[in-house]
Amino acid sequence: MSTVSHPASALQHHFENAEQQKDASTIGMWVFLVTEIMFFGGLFLAYMVYRQAYPAAFAAASNKTDLWLGAANTTVLIGSSLTMALAVHYASLGRKNLIVLFLSLTLLLGGTFLGVKAVEYHDKWVHHEIPGANFECEGCADAQHATLFFACYFGMTGLHATHMVVGIFIIIFLIVKARKGAYGPEWHTPVEMFGLYWHFVDIVWIFLFPLLYLIDRSGGLKG
Amino acid sequence: MAEHTHHVVPKRVYFAVFAVLIVLTWVTAWVSTIDLGRLNLVVALSIALFKASLVVFFFMHLAYATKLTKMILFSGIYWLILLLFITMEDIWTRGWMGVPGR
Repeated sequence: MSTVSHPASALQHHFENAEQQKDASTIGMWVFLVTEIMFFGGLFLAYMVYRQAYPAAFAAASNKTDLWLGAANTTVLIGSSLTMALAVHYASLGRKNLIVLFLSLTLLLGGTFLGVKAVEYHDKWVHHEIPGANFECEGCADAQHATLFFACYFGMTGLHATHMVVGIFIIIFLIVKARKGAYGPEWHTPVEMFGLYWHFVDIVWIFLFPLLYLIDRSGGLKG
Repeated sequence: MAEHTHHVVPKRVYFAVFAVLIVLTWVTAWVSTIDLGRLNLVVALSIALFKASLVVFFFMHLAYATKLTKMILFSGIYWLILLLFITMEDIWTRGWMGVPGR
């Protein structure tokens, strides 16, 4: 059991040195992220198969998303990745106040992203664009299959948002620990590993944004 | 793990990567409003792939990671490609031979 106030004791007895311990954590985290790639991969596959089957319905439904709101939200999320990278940077330098500041900014930007997402979901709700008995797709020729787009939309953005909600709880935990001075140049593995998770979630969004908002925006497939 | 070093990436790298990511986000959003036919898909996904690579190599420090870490990620991507492309290969070619069931 390591006592976090004493960084040197953070080395577990089964590791030879701190570097080996850190490498083990990094590799473990990347293995977890690979399982996450496969987790999201299934949804990307479902999207590809149905878009291939019903291109016109997907194009019409995709135009229901708000392009500029999506771009603004992407900007917010990339901003949160920058602040997260800086939080890891200052953790490796042991600058306690700056770690707390940048983790808090990450929290704020992540919260903003989820807030905008909630506005978008509400907009879909108001327009009956949620798959189910009351589904409507105004101006879509093939509403029956447009519902598949929205099933993919809510499945993919919903799983992504779930990851962000989990991330927000972990950031709060990290902020509490950082305020107590738990992370310094010797040992700040939790901040660094969480950074990997947060950037991964950012990458998922980097692919969701073009697939759901962009690729059918123009062109002759509408309706 | 002899190659491993405690690499501290200079802050300006993060700001430069951030700036490129933001510019590309708005470029790809703007390009999507122009009708390029099939190229819309290619452009949007190429930009996304480039953005994701920047995040992986610099924000996630893959550029400075051990070879084992790199191999784990690339094996994951390899399996994702198998999942997506072997399935799509089936879907794309089902109509070719007039096989019953499609």
